[in-house]
Amino acid sequence: MWRDAVLVAGKDLRIEARSRVTTNQVLPYAVLVLVLFAFALDPDRGVLARASAGLFWVAVLFSALLMVQRSNVIETLDGARDALRLSGLDPAGIFLGKAAAVMVQLLLLEIVLGFGVVVLYGVDPAGFGVLAVTALVATWGLAGAGTIYGVLAAGQRGRETLLPLLLLPVVAPVLIAATRASESALNGVSLDVSAGDWIALLTVFAVIYTSFGVVAFGPLLEDQ
Amino acid sequence: MEPVVHLRAAVCLLGRFPALAGVDLEVDRGEVVLLRGPNGAGKTTLLRALAGLVPVAEGEAFVLGRDLRADRQAVRSLVGLLGHASGLYEDLSVSDNVSFWARAARRPKSAADGALARVGLDGRLAAVTVSRLSAGQRRRASLAVLLARDCPLWLLDEPHAGLDAAGRDLLDAIVRGAADEGRTVVFASHELDRAVALADRTVVVAAGQARLDGELPRAVSPSAVPHVA
Repeated sequence: MWRDAVLVAGKDLRIEARSRVTTNQVLPYAVLVLVLFAFALDPDRGVLARASAGLFWVAVLFSALLMVQRSNVIETLDGARDALRLSGLDPAGIFLGKAAAVMVQLLLLEIVLGFGVVVLYGVDPAGFGVLAVTALVATWGLAGAGTIYGVLAAGQRGRETLLPLLLLPVVAPVLIAATRASESALNGVSLDVSAGDWIALLTVFAVIYTSFGVVAFGPLLEDQ
Repeated sequence: MEPVVHLRAAVCLLGRFPALAGVDLEVDRGEVVLLRGPNGAGKTTLLRALAGLVPVAEGEAFVLGRDLRADRQAVRSLVGLLGHASGLYEDLSVSDNVSFWARAARRPKSAADGALARVGLDGRLAAVTVSRLSAGQRRRASLAVLLARDCPLWLLDEPHAGLDAAGRDLLDAIVRGAADEGRTVVFASHELDRAVALADRTVVVAAGQARLDGELPRAVSPSAVPHVA
C-alpha cells in the first residue's frame, strides 16, 4: 500500500510540475481571492486584520476544490481510470497517494498565501509553531476528504458543480477549527477553547477521513 | 490444460440491456483469437468483461483460472488491455508514462526501456509529452505499456487503428511474438485482411452472442468468413 501511495503521489506531482496548472492557475486564483477580500474590507483595515485567519482558510478551501477537481480530471482523460483499475495498484495506496499529492500542493500554496496575508492584511504573526501544526493537520483533513468526495463526484453528471456542493458542508468543521486555531497565532486573540483543542479536532477529522478513504476508495473507484 | 478464457452462457448487462446475451468462448494458451462482427455487436463489451471491467451477471466466466464473477480484481492485474483510449497521462512524457505503469505492475525500469525501444519510441521521442504525440505515436506508446507490463493475456480493441503501415507491421510482429512466447491474445478488428491473417481463429460476435467459433486457415480470404448482418 505505501509503495503504491508513493508511486501515485510521485506521478501526480510530476504531472503538476510539468503542466504547471497549480502554479499558473490555482495560485493566482487564491491570491486573487485574498486581494478581493482586501478590496471588499479595505475601508476598515481593522476588520481585515481581525478576519485574516478566516479569510486565509476560505481562500485555501476554494483552492482545495480546484486541486481536487484537477486531481480527478487527470484520471478521467483518455482512459486513465480504466488503466488505473487494471494496474494492480492497491486502491488504498491510490487514495493515499492522491491525497498526499493534493496535500503537498496545498501546503506550498498556503506558504505563499501566508505571505499574502501578512502583506495585504497587515498581520504580524506570532505563533509560528501553532500556525504550522494547524496548517499541517487541516490540510491533511482537506486533502483526505477532498480525495474521497472527488472520486465520488467524478463519475456523476455535472461533477464540476457537484463537488463543491458535496465537499464544502463536510469540511466546514475544518474551516471553523483551523480559523479558531490560527486566530490566536495571527492576531493574539485569546480563545475560550485553546488552539490545542482545535488542533485535536482537526486531527480527529483527518484521521477519520483518511481511515474512511483507505477502506472505501476501492469501491468508490469501482463505481465510476 | 486449463483454458486461459472459459465463458459459458456468459451474460453482461449494461444497465438493463444485455450487451452480452449468453456468450460461449474458450481460448487456449498461446492462441491469437479475432473477434469480428458489426458495430454494437458486443465485441468491446466482451473484451472489457474479460478484463474484469464489466461484471458478468450470469453464466460461467473464468480467465486465467480466476472466477470473473467471484473476484474481478484478481484478473485485472494479469490482463493487458489496449482499448480505444490510450490510457496515458497527457501531461507526462512517454517515458514517464511507460515507467509508471511498469512500476505499478512490479516490473523493473529496464522493462519500460526495452518496451520503448521495441515500439520505436526510445531516444528523443521518449521525452516528449504525450499530448504532443500523433495518434499513431500514442498507439505505439500504449503498446509499449502493454509490453512493459508483461501480462499473460492481451486484449486488443481495434489495435491497428491510427497506425501507419510500418506501425501495423510492427504490431502484427509483436502480437505473433507474444503468442509464440505463450501469451494469449484476443482482439477485435474491422480490418479483416490483416486481422484474419494475424489470427489463429475467428469468433463472430453478433447481437451480444458468439455465433461462430472455428479454426480458419491462416491464408483464408476475409470473404470466406460468414458475414453477419
